[in-house]
Amino acid sequence: MAILAEPSVATIKRTSMWSSAFQSRHFLGAMFMVPAVTILVLFLAYPLALGFWLGLTDTKIGGAGRFIGMANFVSLAKDSVFWLSVFNTIFYTVTASAVKFAIGLYLALLLNERLPLQSMIRAIVLLPFVVPTVLSAIAFWWIYDSQFSIISWVLVKSGLITRYIEFLGEPWNARWSVVAANVWRGVPFVAITLLAGLQTISPSLYEAANLDGATNWQRFRHITLPMLSPIIAVVMTFSVLMTFTDFQLIYTITRGGPINATHLMATLSFQRAITGGNLGEGAAISNAMIPFLVAAILLSFFGLQRSRWQQGGRD
Amino acid sequence: MSSVQIRDVRKSFGNFEVLHGVSIPIEDGEFVVLVGPSGCGKSTLLRMLAGLENITSGTISIGDRVVNNVQPKERDIAMVFQNYALYPHMTVADNMGFSLKLRGAKAEEISKGVNRAAEILALTPLLDRYPRQLSGGQRQRVAMGRAIVRDPQVFLFDEPLSNLDAKLRVAMRTEIKELHQRLRTTTVYVTHDQIEAMTMADKIVVMHDGIVEQMGSPLDLYDRPENQFVAGFIGSPAMNFLKGNVKVNGSAYFEGPNGVKLPLKSAPANSDGKPAVYGVRPEHFTIADDGAEAEIVVVEPTGSETQVFAKLGGEQVVAVFRERHQFNPGDKVRLKPDPSLVHLFDDATGKRM
Repeated sequence: MAILAEPSVATIKRTSMWSSAFQSRHFLGAMFMVPAVTILVLFLAYPLALGFWLGLTDTKIGGAGRFIGMANFVSLAKDSVFWLSVFNTIFYTVTASAVKFAIGLYLALLLNERLPLQSMIRAIVLLPFVVPTVLSAIAFWWIYDSQFSIISWVLVKSGLITRYIEFLGEPWNARWSVVAANVWRGVPFVAITLLAGLQTISPSLYEAANLDGATNWQRFRHITLPMLSPIIAVVMTFSVLMTFTDFQLIYTITRGGPINATHLMATLSFQRAITGGNLGEGAAISNAMIPFLVAAILLSFFGLQRSRWQQGGRD
Repeated sequence: MSSVQIRDVRKSFGNFEVLHGVSIPIEDGEFVVLVGPSGCGKSTLLRMLAGLENITSGTISIGDRVVNNVQPKERDIAMVFQNYALYPHMTVADNMGFSLKLRGAKAEEISKGVNRAAEILALTPLLDRYPRQLSGGQRQRVAMGRAIVRDPQVFLFDEPLSNLDAKLRVAMRTEIKELHQRLRTTTVYVTHDQIEAMTMADKIVVMHDGIVEQMGSPLDLYDRPENQFVAGFIGSPAMNFLKGNVKVNGSAYFEGPNGVKLPLKSAPANSDGKPAVYGVRPEHFTIADDGAEAEIVVVEPTGSETQVFAKLGGEQVVAVFRERHQFNPGDKVRLKPDPSLVHLFDDATGKRM
């Protein structure tokens, strides 16, 4: 026994450094985290930090900048175009999200009923979400074109109006037009996610409510809405974040025009930084979005905190 | 409280008929159990009674009113669902008071109703909890509480105990029966468990493949099953069936499998040589010298009684003895059915002879 055991003791000694390292939970855990941490640092943390830094400099394309403190923000505070873009962004986010929620919830409730060709209709509802954003934006660009707009054409032909509508020529027309395009694109996400939520609600709850004497409205008010509220919170947080940071639709359809009426903070930042070459100023505009986004996330964080009825266990 | 009349009720899903004309009279205050194997249509019938399924033809009336086209909420019934269907976002008190709240009752009236029901079911300390924080048995009681608060004409129970463990099921069975004795509300209870049916019912309705096989009091069904299905369904362990022929040769007897001779008290008229099924309950065997020879296969003592599986004429039968015999597998014993307690069924139709 003793003779047999000796060589194996020697082997253990040779590999003990590595093997004991791999035995350690902490070391292994750290190793497993390396890939994720690398990706996060390289593509999220570094660009974010760089953006912060750029916002505090006067960097232009082609030249190294120098640190100028809060000067970019001070000049932005006096910049009426910047404030217009803040207004536009809030208007765009609030109206588009509200309409998306209303239509999405309506569609979800409708699709949750038994319909003929149910799965086909569900697939069709998802279509706008599948089309690449830029393609659908180009389609909307044509729909809103001052000479070739199909909407204007139909309305003129049917005798409802006499002149083509200036969809993208008038500030408010343009604002509502891009909101409509964003709603068209965003509704499927809201509708399908809420539908998934609706399907988790047990039908027997509705039957019980029915026997308890609830009307359709009371069933919606007392069963559907409270049961759906956690999912509504998730969906609307996502929807608000995506709408607030929207770039593609606006940049393709209006490029921020007419007279900056549809410039969002994201498109203005791009215009100042890349088109205009003022990287520092553009970064400062981007940084100015952060407080709004943090506010939205905090709001949803508290909204998403599990209500008492969702928590298991005793007390 | 109200009587319920189910008259020639049929139900089809598309072209597929699941209930083929069911008629059940239910008296005021009666506890009726619909029992049958899964797929027999008992739950569908209950849901039709609740108004959750349409009635294809026939009528259902509660009291004097035909309710075929009456909305569930106007039928004045309360139902306890298999999965309880408690509202997860409401406390126990809110769950129980929901129907009163919808009715527009005052807060005072609601809490009075809820407290009364909570007292009956010993739920008072749990009123502020959410369904997630309750055990299975407690949820079951809340579901019943929700029904009691309504003070309805009829209680409906849809397999309410099937999600509970065996011990709790027995306890809740007694509790439900006690509750019915106290409130005397007409109750329709659906289960696939014949023990539940036997122990709780005033009247059992045995259903099979969309028809009523037999209805009657539990002991009626046990003592005089109308057909082979009811005979096999009611009673545990199930009745033994042996195929063979009725013989009237001087005195009447039954010739079982492999010529084994089994006693009959008397033979039905004109039944000499007729193929039939001989039914004997496990508890109606005795050991007697003039019994038929059987070889013991397995012995299962439970303490209060002993179940013995044996080969009788090549067929396996089960016998139950309350007295303690010394049996071993392979032993030859003489099993004698009590001739006054055996049942004869027509081999072709399964009907009682």
